[in-house]
Amino acid sequence: MITMVGKSIRRWWALFALPTFAAFIIGFLLPFILGVYLSFCKFTTVTDARPVGLRNYRVALQDKEFWHAMGYTTAFTIVTTIIINVVAFAIAYMLTKAFKGTNVFRSVFFMPNLIGGIILGYVWLLLLNGVLAHWARSITYSSTYGFWGMVMLLCWQQIGYMMIIYVAGLQSLPTDVIEAAEVDGANGRQRLFNVIIPLMMPSITVCTFLTVTNGFKMYDQNLALTNGAPSNTSELVALNIYRTFYGRIGFEGVGQAKAVVFFIIVAVVALIQNRLTSSKEVQA
Amino acid sequence: MNDEKEIDASERVHHPWAWTVFFTILSLIWIYPIVLVFINSFKKKVYISKNAFSLPNKDSFAGWENYTTGIERTNLIGSFGWTVFITVGAVALILLCCSMCAWWIVRVNNWVAKLLYTLFLFNMIVPFQMVMFTLSKLADMLGLNTPWGLWIVYLGFGAGLAVFIFTGVVKGIPQELEESAMIDGASVPRIFFNIVVPIMRPSIISVAILETMWIWNDYLLPYLTLDLNKYKTMSIAVQYLKGGYGSVDMGAMMGCLVLAILPIIIFYLICQKYIVKGVIAGAVKG
Repeated sequence: MITMVGKSIRRWWALFALPTFAAFIIGFLLPFILGVYLSFCKFTTVTDARPVGLRNYRVALQDKEFWHAMGYTTAFTIVTTIIINVVAFAIAYMLTKAFKGTNVFRSVFFMPNLIGGIILGYVWLLLLNGVLAHWARSITYSSTYGFWGMVMLLCWQQIGYMMIIYVAGLQSLPTDVIEAAEVDGANGRQRLFNVIIPLMMPSITVCTFLTVTNGFKMYDQNLALTNGAPSNTSELVALNIYRTFYGRIGFEGVGQAKAVVFFIIVAVVALIQNRLTSSKEVQA
Repeated sequence: MNDEKEIDASERVHHPWAWTVFFTILSLIWIYPIVLVFINSFKKKVYISKNAFSLPNKDSFAGWENYTTGIERTNLIGSFGWTVFITVGAVALILLCCSMCAWWIVRVNNWVAKLLYTLFLFNMIVPFQMVMFTLSKLADMLGLNTPWGLWIVYLGFGAGLAVFIFTGVVKGIPQELEESAMIDGASVPRIFFNIVVPIMRPSIISVAILETMWIWNDYLLPYLTLDLNKYKTMSIAVQYLKGGYGSVDMGAMMGCLVLAILPIIIFYLICQKYIVKGVIAGAVKG
């Protein structure tokens, strides 16, 4: 049923809803639809598109470098998601206890998150190459070096962000449940694993969701730190797609097809992951 | 150890001072990468790659040279100005338009409103790579390859999160207030700006923080969309320091990095409380 307020507001659509929706069409909807269409075409700009059926997808899926980037990104996402969430939770758990300086420590851990990916990439390039110089090597020595370099970088950047979310979650836990567990004789570890962690599942859902999507979509840090070197082996999917688009003339359609595949994977992973962790949520 | 008794049982820790020491050391390690960049920004470029961990001495000290060459090569001051211009304008536009749109969606609540809402939700899971080519070509065709054109592009691509958070807030506002104002003869825009906006204030600040963090640091969207001969953002300027053959003037780079990080740290120290609130509000979207 529509309310009185709703009725009068509806007439004001041109002022309230139209500006956002018009920008949304230009900035998202039209590019998205056009992008799906172009993935079935051969083109160099938007206007000279010519349908070629599934050819782009065939080329994209036969590209070994694309599959390598996929595997590399998946491994990267799994490793960073685990490290970031475990460390962020541990730090948050400690920093909600009573000792001097917890607020200062929280601020320090959060700070790297505000700095952009490109800037962070060069900060870590200095540090990692400085360390590796002792063995006369650099971050581009092999894709394994690049992998762990990017893992360190992303962990450093995101642990603080996830920590803030975990701190907020821990502070809003019902204290009576935890006290009841203590009265019943549960020790510290039992309280943590059997009471606190199950109650924290909403926060854990949010944080794993964010870390999984951030890991999958990472581009700036990859570009600044390794730029895919040596010979494209440290390429994450986002960089691989970019280079297919802009690195080789005539491969725009293949790039767009890769982007569609990438979008579907991100969407499916996000949905599955969300379903999985939210099914573990409990009510206090 | 005396004050430990006053603390709630579940909050108790053994040896609180030991934890303080532990986290102090960890914090120092945490900020070390930034300190290292700061130290190296005062060293001549040969000494940076030779030994990044040495302090500047008589031979390696470069004074402000890295900063001056860095600023000259990248036109860093100009790109700082454009980054501020783009971020402030885009965030202001997002706040205004998306809060209005969210209110309209919640109060009207017919099939159009529901469809709009679903589309905005969908926007949040689409990675930028999916639209980067078509979006940049479209922006080019429509003449949106300028800093003020980017305001519209950001409003479009960033609408999802803002509308999502704002609709969540509006759903919690009781309609009675708006109804009685309407009976008193207030116009719809007046009701929105005088009644709804003040109630939404905390969430507006949160969204402002989230969008600022995104747009200030964004690299690929402005890189592909902007006319780079005329305008660059800070991230683009820093990336441009890297020469075509992969060679980097590490001296100028260090100067630029410090100058890029400094405003963020100052901003953080001033708005810390709001930033933390913004992050927590944004996390609810899961």
